[in-house]
Amino acid sequence: LVGQVAVPHATAETVADLAAKEQRRADQAGRAAGVQGFVGYEAYRAAGGYALATALANGSKSDESVLAAMESSGLRGLGGAGFPAGRKWRIVRGYAAPRLMAINIDEGEPGTFKDRHYLERDPHRFLEGMLVAAKVVGIDAVYIYLRDEYHDCRVMLEAELARLRRDPPCALPHIELRRGAGAYICGEESAMIESIEGRRGEPRLRPPYIAEVGLFGRPTLEHNFETLYWVRDIVDKGPDWFAGQGRHGRKGLRSFSVSGRVKDPGVKLAPAGITLRELVAEYCGGMPDGHELYAYLPGGASGGILPASLADLPLDFDTLQPHGCFIGSAAIIVLSQHDRARDAALSMMRFFASESCGQCTPCRVGTDKAAHLMEASQWDNATLEDLSTVMADASICGLGQAAPNPVRCVQKYFPHEIA
Amino acid sequence: MISETTKARFAREVAKYPADQKQSAVMACLAIVQQELGHVSREAEKEVADYLGMAPIAVHEVTTFYNMYNQHPVGKYKLNVCTNLPCQLRDGAKALHHLEKKLGIAMGETTADGLFTLQQCECLGACADSPVMLVNDRTMCSFMSNEKLDQLVDGLRAAEGQS
Ligand SMILES: NC(=O)C1=CN([C@@H]2O[C@H](COP(=O)(O)OP(=O)(O)OC[C@H]3O[C@@H](n4cnc5c(N)ncnc54)[C@H](O)[C@@H]3O)[C@@H](O)[C@H]2O)C=CC1
Ligand SMILES: Cc1cc2nc3c(=O)[nH]c(=O)nc-3n(C[C@H](O)[C@H](O)[C@H](O)COP(=O)(O)O)c2cc1C
Ligand code: SF4
Ligand code: FES
Repeated sequence: LVGQVAVPHATAETVADLAAKEQRRADQAGRAAGVQGFVGYEAYRAAGGYALATALANGSKSDESVLAAMESSGLRGLGGAGFPAGRKWRIVRGYAAPRLMAINIDEGEPGTFKDRHYLERDPHRFLEGMLVAAKVVGIDAVYIYLRDEYHDCRVMLEAELARLRRDPPCALPHIELRRGAGAYICGEESAMIESIEGRRGEPRLRPPYIAEVGLFGRPTLEHNFETLYWVRDIVDKGPDWFAGQGRHGRKGLRSFSVSGRVKDPGVKLAPAGITLRELVAEYCGGMPDGHELYAYLPGGASGGILPASLADLPLDFDTLQPHGCFIGSAAIIVLSQHDRARDAALSMMRFFASESCGQCTPCRVGTDKAAHLMEASQWDNATLEDLSTVMADASICGLGQAAPNPVRCVQKYFPHEIA
Repeated sequence: MISETTKARFAREVAKYPADQKQSAVMACLAIVQQELGHVSREAEKEVADYLGMAPIAVHEVTTFYNMYNQHPVGKYKLNVCTNLPCQLRDGAKALHHLEKKLGIAMGETTADGLFTLQQCECLGACADSPVMLVNDRTMCSFMSNEKLDQLVDGLRAAEGQS
């Protein structure tokens, strides 16, 4: 519809202009005008890209050596749960063929935008990681699930996939690009599979893990976009390159999506284990004028809320659990003295309530009820704690299980706000 | 009525999946319908169901589950403003209020001329560029100051010849 509009006198790149041009742009398949300045297929190959995928395909590099590199790099799933990537490859490879792969670019966790950031810049680094994983694990078909909000990315990725298919560096598995339709829960891997199969995105009970019974009932390797993005560098530069980075005793690199009250928000590639205080000071230009650090959300909506007094904890998988939080997809949302933790918590609870898939009662009813209770100036902590317990214990998936995190954090760290 | 050209587009989507997994194309078919007709009506759902060999209710369950399908007609320009927390901290709510004033409608409503529908939405994955909005599920607009919002609305109105 937008595309059928003729723009009469285009004042230089007004936004209206952009909206009107959009459809035509989409129609010129192969020309990705929306996303610009990325490393295209030819440029990527010219700079040595796809050499690894080719070496694997022609046998000059062994599957086992790549698998070993992945395992010793310590790379963990960057979708947020941190399951060791190399171990997942080995597990899926152990199940009978045909095996499938599903790639998660649903990126729905509020505050997370790292996948889009890298996709818009270097799509083939990710595609090569995908090919390497597919070869090592023995995958027949790959489904890339891209959230529909990333429309320009889809146009670009479609065009780049077409280039890859036209001039393949090696034999390619069957690759399909799949659109989401705006549902946070579809980022949960089994909900994503339901969605790909053409149903409501309702998470499945596990076990079985999708590694064993996944898409179309087949063993499925499912990964977050960014996990695959790092594969080439890890193999090329050696696992020690990755594992050798990190701070405060932690290992690896982390792509923090920083938003909220900082001078310079954005995706910050920083050592795993960096503290919030260091991250804001060294990578984000500090706090904006007139703002002082008050609190932060270390992992988007689901990772909880920490006070400024805990801004010197190393940020990484496993380091925040003792404090009732987790880093998840490393979506860091910074609050200042002008904000309240309870408002953030309420906003997140409303988000969970509206995005709950509704199949389990504790989550469907609990998120809604909690949101209402959290509107009161004084919280009914006993009732909220009952709800938190039942949500955490009796929900099928991570949405319901994590929904109590912001509530409990406010009760624990910001009692003055709710008394 | 779904045209033959639309059905050809459906066929391309079905071809992406194993032969016994036609239903996998349902979301793509609904997106095509919405792109062509502006929204997904119950009749359209029925035709998609027939095409894919699904029960109409199974298609309806899909339409109602996902946020992006318009179950009712919307304005020619659907403006979705992100109001999730990271955007709230960087003027996202201000942008929504400004649009409400400018368009003279409340969130969730459509202007009388049928040109604009205003909605809020969840995180668009562009939190560092707030205020952020998505136009017709496709065009992401970033750093939407009140001035840029005015330009957008005025520009679209002008393009429609009614400014
Ligand atoms: N990136 C984003 O936008 C979002 C990320 N998340 C993150 O998602 C996380 C929760 O995700 P889940 O998938 O529920 O975590 P999980 O810990 O249950 O699973 C993580 C991965 O490891 C695999 N796995 C675990 N145990 C296995 C086994 N024994 N055998 C084979 N495979 C196994 C799972 O299949 C999955 O792929 C949270 O930490 C949250 O931070 C949540 C919302 C959005
Ligand atoms: C409610 C919910 C939403 C999720 N959303 C995403 C998402 O948008 N992107 C993602 O990569 N993982 C998401 N996950 C995590 C996936 O279930 C899965 O753990 C991950 O994609 C595995 O890939 P990895 O091992 O490469 O991290 C979500 C989990 C839950 C519980
Ligand atoms: S916990 Fe919530 S989102 Fe997850 S399956 Fe249950 S109802 Fe659905
Ligand atoms: S919160 Fe608005 S784009 Fe992420």
